[in-house]
Amino acid sequence: MKCREVVELMTDYLEGALSAIDRHRFEEHIAGCDGCRAYLEQMRITLSQVHRLADEPIPERVQEQLLEAFRSWKSTGRSTPS
Amino acid sequence: MGEASGAELEALKRGDEATFVDVIQRYHGPMLRLAMAYVRDHHVAEDVVQETWLTAIRALDRFEGRSSLKTWIFGIVINVARSRRRKESRLLPFTALLRRDDADRRQRTVDPSRFTAAGDWRALPNQWDNIPEARLIAGETLQRVKAAIEDLPPKHREVIVLRDVAELEAGTVSDMLGISAENQRVRLHRARAAVRKRLEEYLG
Ligand SMILES: [Zn+2]
Repeated sequence: MKCREVVELMTDYLEGALSAIDRHRFEEHIAGCDGCRAYLEQMRITLSQVHRLADEPIPERVQEQLLEAFRSWKSTGRSTPS
Repeated sequence: MGEASGAELEALKRGDEATFVDVIQRYHGPMLRLAMAYVRDHHVAEDVVQETWLTAIRALDRFEGRSSLKTWIFGIVINVARSRRRKESRLLPFTALLRRDDADRRQRTVDPSRFTAAGDWRALPNQWDNIPEARLIAGETLQRVKAAIEDLPPKHREVIVLRDVAELEAGTVSDMLGISAENQRVRLHRARAAVRKRLEEYLG
């Protein structure tokens, strides 16, 4: 397995989608290759960076409006009380 | 972000306000980012998120919880955002409609010039674990990530947002988008690799 191929298997590896044989070859390569190990680390950091986008807070005004809608559904809009 | 439990759904059906606030806060970032996978404008995306919640509230009594609350909500985001995009598609610049969405596995995600003819690295990628934490958590880095995601082809964008921002499971995302597990993974790979490349341009 060459570095050029290994980089294209990174997601399959992280997703646990490689066959047992390929996973073994992948891990063997990574263990002996500083470049691909660094690249895998970069991919992991990329994932955690992308996940930071989840932290965007809800604007207070939007939260108030939605809560208002929820309250009015609760008090009047419900089809059947349960 | 944990998977919404059945207890959470029951609390919502009872009209529990604290649970509602918790859920809308927790899902806001991923929902907004998902909406922006379809509509470019931030304000339109915020509208999509609000419309999703209003739709969900109206349908809450009828929702039986066959899928998780989270999967249900994100499915509504996709429907609302897609119909909004259809309405506005005549306003899109032409290039956006022609943008390639190539899920071809053989297409390389790393510039071939990075490798020797034999396929080894010419120069090793940098070790990002040496980058100061302050730089990684800086707003500027986040802006780069946002920009990179916005520049992705729409079909790659929706996958990376559902998987890496919303943290839905691979199988759930394939089902939601009606694509194979393989195709989902290829799109995810291309999306992640593209974001990594943009980060590398910035972080070195
Ligand atoms: Zn290598």
